[in-house]
Amino acid sequence: MAFSFFGGIHPKENKWYAENHPVHQFPEPDILVIPMSQHIGAPCQPLVKKGDTVTMGQKIGDNQGLCVPVHAPVSGTVKAVEMRPHTSGTMVLSVVIENDHQDTLCPDITPRTREEADKLTPEELMNIIREAGIVGMGGATFPTHVKLSSGLGKVDTVIVNVSECEPYIVADDRLCQEYPEDVIAGLEIVMKVLGLKEAHIALEDNKPKAKAALEKAMEGKPGILLDILPAKYPQGAEKQLIYAVTGREVPSGGLPAAVGCAVVNSATCKAISDAVYDGMPLIRRIVTVSGDIVMEPKNLMVPIGTSFNELLEAVGHRENPYKVLSGGPMMGAAQYDLAVPVIKGTNAVTILGQKNKFVVDNPKCIRCGKCVEVCPMHLMPVLIYKAMFTGDADEMLAVDLMDCIECGCCAYTCPAGVPLVLGFRAAKQRVRNAQAAAKK
Amino acid sequence: MAQMKYFYELTISSSPHAHAPVTTRTIMRDVVIALVPALLGSVYFFGFRALMVVLVSAAACVFFEWAWCKLMKTPSHAYDLSAVVTGVLLAFVCPVTVPYWCIIIGDFFAIILVKQLFGGVGRNIVNPALAARAFMFSWPVIMNTWVKAGFSNAAGLFSTADAVTAATPLAAMHQGQMPDASVMDLFIGNVGGSLGETSAILLLIGFGYLLIRKVVTPRIPLAFLGTVAVLTFLFPLGNDRLLWCAAQLCSGGVMLGALFMATDYVTSPVTKLGQIIFGFGCGVLTVVIRYFGGYNEGVSYAILVMNCCVVLLDRIGRPKKFGAPKKGVAKG
Repeated sequence: MAFSFFGGIHPKENKWYAENHPVHQFPEPDILVIPMSQHIGAPCQPLVKKGDTVTMGQKIGDNQGLCVPVHAPVSGTVKAVEMRPHTSGTMVLSVVIENDHQDTLCPDITPRTREEADKLTPEELMNIIREAGIVGMGGATFPTHVKLSSGLGKVDTVIVNVSECEPYIVADDRLCQEYPEDVIAGLEIVMKVLGLKEAHIALEDNKPKAKAALEKAMEGKPGILLDILPAKYPQGAEKQLIYAVTGREVPSGGLPAAVGCAVVNSATCKAISDAVYDGMPLIRRIVTVSGDIVMEPKNLMVPIGTSFNELLEAVGHRENPYKVLSGGPMMGAAQYDLAVPVIKGTNAVTILGQKNKFVVDNPKCIRCGKCVEVCPMHLMPVLIYKAMFTGDADEMLAVDLMDCIECGCCAYTCPAGVPLVLGFRAAKQRVRNAQAAAKK
Repeated sequence: MAQMKYFYELTISSSPHAHAPVTTRTIMRDVVIALVPALLGSVYFFGFRALMVVLVSAAACVFFEWAWCKLMKTPSHAYDLSAVVTGVLLAFVCPVTVPYWCIIIGDFFAIILVKQLFGGVGRNIVNPALAARAFMFSWPVIMNTWVKAGFSNAAGLFSTADAVTAATPLAAMHQGQMPDASVMDLFIGNVGGSLGETSAILLLIGFGYLLIRKVVTPRIPLAFLGTVAVLTFLFPLGNDRLLWCAAQLCSGGVMLGALFMATDYVTSPVTKLGQIIFGFGCGVLTVVIRYFGGYNEGVSYAILVMNCCVVLLDRIGRPKKFGAPKKGVAKG
């Protein structure tokens, strides 16, 4: 009973670059940079200092409040605790670890048998998820234990997001093909925490192999339903996915829990399973390294903290890159410094060549209305763009600027090349600043 | 820094980093391509002068656009082909006998007064070609001389003295009579009328191309033509309802107007509901002017009037945002 959400686009998928490349272990780098902020919320305080030795999986940063800890992905020595460039474009306090290539495991890490795991209460499970540093791995990086605890008693439907609608990226596709049992096991833990008997796994119809693998792993588990959705961007956006699977509309400004839904990424599910059964915190993730100028696109199991430089070297590229993105071409963040590390939310590194250049000098809207037609939030980007130039916060709010999810459909479609999303991002910040100033 | 292995000139910008292979230029190019069948038809019906008028008009529009940008020292948009579309469309709504000086004045009016003075591409309120046509009715004799279709009657390239003039089917229909020409002739375009508007079938073929290329949606034309069809069918002036309705749809500027003028991006609504009301309004006004107006064609005025309502229609048609509170449900 899949619904199709309104609007959306069909960008060139370009998944063939990497989709048939199995996940490889990435040779562990010598130096890893672990940012203390890899999630939405308060950054961690480092628990180690320069010169300390750390073991693999050891907690090296934590904090109170909306926060999850970060762990050392390898064993070695702390070289520095200092500000380092981060994929968000800012400098973030990071722990720099020199790898000793011994992979000495942290003594706290103890695997659990199924029986032991089955005895755990939801509270204990949520604590394990928090201590393992698990966040939404689709890119939003919202702490998972907070999502689960705030959904307790409200959520009646949990959806595993395997839609992966961004071009080039196949990390979740490969994950579901190669670790379907782990995804299902993680989902069952989520269901247990939320006290649910039923769950949905939503994937787009362009992933037949992942579908087959999941179906096999789901055998004998009647509570889990597979929803095949027609491929369309932005299917993986939380609100659009919930609508596509359940027909429910998350209210403007509200959270999925308001309509009884929780969306969990498939990689997050695997991380939960790893944490509960193997006792392993989130220190590795699958990253698709692809792009139109990449020589050997790859899906790599990468330790958190690996620099983009190492990944670029691993795949090779034919020409000097035009842009290197953390994420895919629709919502990824362009990087200026390739020393930035892979973090928990980095599902892909996309390397684009010069032919992707599309810049229009002095663009002029021709009122074609295509942006209105594709906006999955049913907004009128053409109106918002006009309101932006007034600089008036009330006027911008009146055209629902704050409902924009920055999916990029409008800017992708705009024939005049108007930088709509760029403008909206700046305008949102201006509105937030104005609101903050009004409160004072 | 030991870790910095490569130095590339990386570009940073806001997402998205991908773009659809559609630009203003490709859209305008598609519209020009879509007008080619009708242009070929007009050469067949009215002779090579038709082609000449279209070329002169398009060239003049591009020149005025370029000259204005040069004069105002603004970045030139003369190469985005939107001026070509205006030029071709203006030629399409003039009689084939229109003197070249006259259409060049029309082009000046369309590009400078209607388009550039309001801010250039994307900013004009009314359709430049139709506004220029309305202005050119300052020379009513020129704009109301219709030649009979047929290559042998064709007007000369430089002299129009030999052309055989005739009344258009619309003139007869304005009197409440079925035209002399058969509905089939009207559909094919073998009748007197403006240069590019006579052939319904060729205009439809061109529009089909625009639909396939997803340049336009069929909402406005369907609402426009549907309204004209229903009104003329319900209130026929001829004997046969169906024939009267078909003749109304295929005669005059209805097809050209509904398919290519009312769908002009800049001067039509961007919202779905707005577009439907816009098409409906155009249809109603067309029939009202044809039935009750002093002049026998109403399409261009209908569209010009509706152009002025676009801002209002978009306000009415604004979609309900995703997740907006539903009406009638008490807030709990």
